[in-house]
Amino acid sequence: MTDNKQKTNLTTRRGALKKIAAGTGAIIGATSMPLLGRYSQAHSSEPIRIGFQVHRTGIGAAYGRWYDRTTMAVAKVINDAGGINGRPVEIITEDDGTDPKRGAEIVEKFATKHKCDVAYGTLFSHVVIGSAPRAGELKIPYFVVSEGHHVASGMLNRYTLQPGITDVKSQVQAMAPFVSANLGKKVAMIFPDFAFGHNHRDYFSEAIEKQGGKVVAKIAIPPTETSFTKYFPKIPRDTDVIYHVMVGPAVLTFVKEMGEFYGPNAPQIFGFIDSLEAVDLASPGLEFLEGTYFWEGNPRYAQKDQSEYDKFYRKAIGIDANGASISDSKDVSTYAHMFGCWETMFTIKDAMEASGYQSPKDRAKMIEAAEAITTMAASNEHPQGDKLFNGKTHQVFGKQYISKVNGQKLEVVHTTSIEDGFYPDETDYTKKPF
Amino acid sequence: MDLGPYLLLASMEGAVQAAVLALTAVGLSLVFGVMRVVNVAHGEFFMLGAVLAWWIAHMVGGHPSIGFMVALIIAPVLTGLVASVIDLTILKRLNYDPESTIVATIGILYILQQLVLMTYGADARPVEAPFNLRFYTPWFGYSYYKLAVIAAAIAVLLGVWLVMSKTRIGLILRATQLDSEIAQAFGIAVNKVYAIVFGAGAALAALAAVLIVPIQQAHYLMGADPLLLSFIVVIIGGLGSLRGTVVAAVLIGMSDGIISVFFTPTLAKILATLLVALVLVFRPNGLFGARAA
Repeated sequence: MTDNKQKTNLTTRRGALKKIAAGTGAIIGATSMPLLGRYSQAHSSEPIRIGFQVHRTGIGAAYGRWYDRTTMAVAKVINDAGGINGRPVEIITEDDGTDPKRGAEIVEKFATKHKCDVAYGTLFSHVVIGSAPRAGELKIPYFVVSEGHHVASGMLNRYTLQPGITDVKSQVQAMAPFVSANLGKKVAMIFPDFAFGHNHRDYFSEAIEKQGGKVVAKIAIPPTETSFTKYFPKIPRDTDVIYHVMVGPAVLTFVKEMGEFYGPNAPQIFGFIDSLEAVDLASPGLEFLEGTYFWEGNPRYAQKDQSEYDKFYRKAIGIDANGASISDSKDVSTYAHMFGCWETMFTIKDAMEASGYQSPKDRAKMIEAAEAITTMAASNEHPQGDKLFNGKTHQVFGKQYISKVNGQKLEVVHTTSIEDGFYPDETDYTKKPF
Repeated sequence: MDLGPYLLLASMEGAVQAAVLALTAVGLSLVFGVMRVVNVAHGEFFMLGAVLAWWIAHMVGGHPSIGFMVALIIAPVLTGLVASVIDLTILKRLNYDPESTIVATIGILYILQQLVLMTYGADARPVEAPFNLRFYTPWFGYSYYKLAVIAAAIAVLLGVWLVMSKTRIGLILRATQLDSEIAQAFGIAVNKVYAIVFGAGAALAALAAVLIVPIQQAHYLMGADPLLLSFIVVIIGGLGSLRGTVVAAVLIGMSDGIISVFFTPTLAKILATLLVALVLVFRPNGLFGARAA
């Protein structure tokens, strides 16, 4: 059930039997023919197989649904324009249940069973950290769309890259000056208790101290938690700013209970939109967010100065100006993150084309080609905006958006520069062997 | 925050949890007490109640309170019917053999969970509270709805107690609990009683879920925690003892609320599980449990 291919969405037993029968027939037919010269021709028109590791179930399911839609949309755009190196792209989807152990198994399945050219698409940082070592061992390029700092920190390996979305360290560093200048110096942080949240805790604390601010409380909440009121008394009374970032199925409860707890007497609130990804800002109980600020990786609501690229991107996936599905306005997207899938797919295409990728034996050449990429200009391929890729750390850098809630919509009030997110390299993957 | 208001908030959080837990655990305890079936799928009936509540509230439309009230009645009834059908088609055929029913209910757990995943999806969806009122102390704000949950749970528990102790059906249930063979000899249709009890146990879990779903959200994996906590409560209170279950639910819920607020939620879970171990060592039948018949 979790194993399906883009072209044949439902694998029935009868369908599978037919395919096995057809496959067996083809093998018998082929062996009775002279093979020389046929293989290379067949090979070049064979699809490029991209193994898509998706959080279809588990705590990352809302993201998974939209990562899936984005991936299918971008694959269609690429295929309509002639595919990669003239070969069609085939997406092979596997659900990892947002579970690191299952993640590693799936990477292995992509490499050995499905014969994928690359693996791609993982979001949750603990799943990335669990899966990447296996990708390194199997020498399959692994393109993650995760935000975690573990790629750029040097913790992973030469086969793991993050070219489509910026990492938490870069994001929070770009946010700290705005928070300390506009909202206050004494910050209480609420974050999920796993790698991604720890990135927030460590790098934001560091960044706000450089701005003369101080983190007065660090409140870690398990991502599977369902009830949050008990955590709020830990926020000191003299806090200027509450900094919140939460993930998991209960994010709406988290934000609602924060509103209940504080009512009209809340300190300033600065959140990462992760706390409300896939949630309608007009949900009852969220009225208190009016006038508060959010980081957005990509603005959910179409802005006044919306680019042509953003229009193209929204249309291709089927998203309206409020960031919801055009077929169901209650089905709100994970707009601040999923552009990473779109852009990563085009980077895979660029790297494959630059290296003349033909088969898995060219994987090392492809990684080198990806490492050689530097600038990515805002375009239909990169609708979120200009980016700079650092081949040494395998991490991309880009602009960040700060939005204010106004009339239950998010309005961008500040866009950082790419340079705001720069930090010194912590590793050089290009010096590591393949 | 000063100690006083801090303690007040912790107690209210604990009381909400205790209320929901008591309802859920009484359902589990009822099923075990009367049928001697350890229902591992109990948490999934809880989840089913929440998911059905979302569906019903979504279909009814209009003011949120209408959808919620309809869900409050229909979701437990539907869940109860599903459970009764499961009892008649599966558990009855296993002759309520203790080991087989555990394995069967584990299977039912997965079937229900996957069915909900396939139809309802993997998202957490909110049901609107029937009213959206809060009160503010100088230290914190609190939702009136949460207080209403406590009141509703107390009312339902009183109802269950009245039914069990004052009505004919309660008499039949107690007779079956004491000795099902003798009860059968006295002309009680034990199989029918079992189907009703299994349905009622599931309905209580579903009712608890409908009450909690405006606070939390309906999600296909939400059954795990209530199941674990219900088992803890039922073991501490004594299997089959309604009074013990309620006392243990208040104990666990309140201590969980207070320890979570003052220390960490993890410590609360550690202490609850430790308490189970201690109870099993020193009072194997629970605080209020009678020796199993």
